[in-house]
Amino acid sequence: MFKIIQKTIATGIVTMSYPAEPAQVSERFRGRPNFDFEKWKDAQPAANVCPTGAISLSDSGDSRRVTVDYGLCVFCGLCAEASSDHAVRITQEFELATPDRRNLVFTAEYTLNPDGTHREPRFVHHRVCDVEAEVEDVGQKAREQIQKLLKRSLAIREVDAGSCNGCELEIVALNNPIHDIERFGIQFVASPRHADMLLVTGPVTRNMELALLKTYRAMPEPKVVVAVGACGISGGIFGENYASLGGVDKVLPVDVYIPGCPPRPQAVLHGILLAVGRLRERLYDERAG
Amino acid sequence: MSGFFQALQQKFGGQIQSMAAEREDEIYLLVGDPDIRALAEYLQSEFEAKLVTVFAEDRRSAEGVFFNYYVFERKGDTRYLIVRAPVSADHPEFPSLSAEVPAVNWQEREIQDWFGLKAVGHPNPRRVALHDNWPDVHPLRKDFPLETVLPPFEGERHIYRPALGEGVLQVPVGPVHAGIIEPGHFNFAVAGEPILYLQLRMFYTHKGTEKLFEKLPIHKAVFLAESISGDSSFSHGTAFCQAIERAAQMEIPLRALIMRTILLELERIYNHVADIGAIATDVGFVIANAHASRLKEMLVSLNEQLTGSRLLRGMVCVGGVRRGWDVVQLVSLRSTVDAFASEFQDLIALIDSSESTRDRLEQTGVLRPEKARDLRIVGVAGRASGMDLDARRDHPYAAYGRYSFRVPVYQVGDVSHRMQVRVDEVNESLGIIRSAADESLHGDFRAQVPPIPADRCALSTVEGWRGEIIHWIRTGPDNHLERCKIKDPSLNNWPALVEAVQGNIIADFPVINKSFNLSYSGTDR
Repeated sequence: MFKIIQKTIATGIVTMSYPAEPAQVSERFRGRPNFDFEKWKDAQPAANVCPTGAISLSDSGDSRRVTVDYGLCVFCGLCAEASSDHAVRITQEFELATPDRRNLVFTAEYTLNPDGTHREPRFVHHRVCDVEAEVEDVGQKAREQIQKLLKRSLAIREVDAGSCNGCELEIVALNNPIHDIERFGIQFVASPRHADMLLVTGPVTRNMELALLKTYRAMPEPKVVVAVGACGISGGIFGENYASLGGVDKVLPVDVYIPGCPPRPQAVLHGILLAVGRLRERLYDERAG
Repeated sequence: MSGFFQALQQKFGGQIQSMAAEREDEIYLLVGDPDIRALAEYLQSEFEAKLVTVFAEDRRSAEGVFFNYYVFERKGDTRYLIVRAPVSADHPEFPSLSAEVPAVNWQEREIQDWFGLKAVGHPNPRRVALHDNWPDVHPLRKDFPLETVLPPFEGERHIYRPALGEGVLQVPVGPVHAGIIEPGHFNFAVAGEPILYLQLRMFYTHKGTEKLFEKLPIHKAVFLAESISGDSSFSHGTAFCQAIERAAQMEIPLRALIMRTILLELERIYNHVADIGAIATDVGFVIANAHASRLKEMLVSLNEQLTGSRLLRGMVCVGGVRRGWDVVQLVSLRSTVDAFASEFQDLIALIDSSESTRDRLEQTGVLRPEKARDLRIVGVAGRASGMDLDARRDHPYAAYGRYSFRVPVYQVGDVSHRMQVRVDEVNESLGIIRSAADESLHGDFRAQVPPIPADRCALSTVEGWRGEIIHWIRTGPDNHLERCKIKDPSLNNWPALVEAVQGNIIADFPVINKSFNLSYSGTDR
């Protein structure tokens, strides 16, 4: 017992203060690839190397439409390596969670030179982000809502619907003393009957479809669903095939999408806090209705 | 080699059709018949060769038949012997070896399910890799398209064997478990508290991975390999890249081999320390887990500095690694390893000081060495039960030949010893990392990748933190693969869990399960 206390005192407090303060991430961390659509001279090399088709092209005549989907992105960084014009740059941004799937998709249209490079952009469509509220603000609001509406406790049921276990490692990390999700009054629970939120990973395999549905149905209203990781959002590298349905929203209504492969713990936390806002809307709807 | 071939020729005559060494350590033997029982028996009795794995390939369009591949190894020999046996397309049957070699029980059934080749005489021929409610399809046959949309499933998913007797009842658990873990179904038959019999229903996370490998170009397939089992991204990624490199007969720069070795060991220790903490938690010693998960966080943060990813993704590539390390990164590698090493000693001292923890772990979930041998249990679980196997020593790859390390082996086989193997291995890994980090890390870290020739086969092994990972590939035209066989160590270790829980109380199941910590996704693919 003495040893335990001694070690605890020697260790001190290790919990980080994200989101009140920005997360400390290594400058090597590969977050959101940023696309300078105005400057981008050729999207073909990046589209060729992208492992999940997150960058896709459709050419017709002398025009090209480029689509970038962060819901498919596995953050490998190959697009930046392949693009010689420095128009693609890897950033350390990870707070990409959004309630609207369309917010993850960017499009641009170019006229083409005879050699297939871009002559000039015709339009650039950024869907990001009506929810770009300050992250700190999201944390503060969520904290207040959890305290007021949920009586200081948000209960989450996690379901692995066919993930590789990568997302699970990062979700489990939210329980460690560094990330300590319980400081928000949030806890992971064993039964869906105790849960306000369903956190789902994996591309939803045919074999997990029924278990996922049953878990959802067992939850009391109001409830929110959060899809975690490239697989949860879109099927990721697995996509749709004979054994994979290609994303959580093929089966359930999804309230918040958290990109990443896997998303780092702070990114998952950010998405969960965002979803608390959705839960608040639900609660008021239910009371009004 | 020729002596070996002559001995086989003499014994089996025309049965043995040819022998080819694609590489020095990978010998292929073509036989004329799907029945290899006598040959397997002879290899076992005369050469002490053990069957490592068995898998199939649909070669109907190229050669008119299916093939089964039987991979053998023997103690003290780095070579693999791979027996290639045809299975007729008209009579898709082969004699089962499972009665004599229980280790291939699931693997033969997987061939039945995925290729539609019948394992005749299998003691338990039920479906394993497809659930019972699936239609009669064989997804790895070439005439089954990856994108097939199967109709809604009907009927029972799996019929569990009834357990009868006074006071006997069955406890179903899963596929969604209480904690944040992967899905699978466990059916316990209990009489009072002790477990009489455990039945497993796995493959809930089957997502068509092996089939998908046949569609992706090779450079993209590296990322699929990283997603076979998320906690073993670097090991599976490396196993895959090594297979391609072997097929293309590439020379990999020494710097890349050393960096791979360091990252493979970092993967081992971040998982081992997490498991040590989780085992402590499952017997109620939560504070140990708080420290262990803090230590794991130290390591995954280091991973991020070294590779850009906390789980070591996006680093390995065909030809080497994608980025070199600068001085700053090497300094933080050394300093983090030193800080971790001292903290790790504290953690183990803390756990050792708790008598109640030791009491719960000792003699719990015993896997006897005879059982481990029959089932050819690999990795941590095998070494805790007398299986002296470690691919880093037995089939050296990356830069392991340059460093000395001890392979811990115990005979007791309880939870406590599976934990002890992890403790020993962390200490050995720290030694390997330190020696490797002291080498001069200059020069190329990535070889030029030549056009990958079509129709080459290659086998690659990596000792992941759970145990031996095997990838076998056949290349196709245009930088694609014809076949990619993945064998995660979990596939043959699940049946060990069934043995280890017998007679234990159901309340000890979580800690026993955690002491194996097998990958569902790696098993189900």
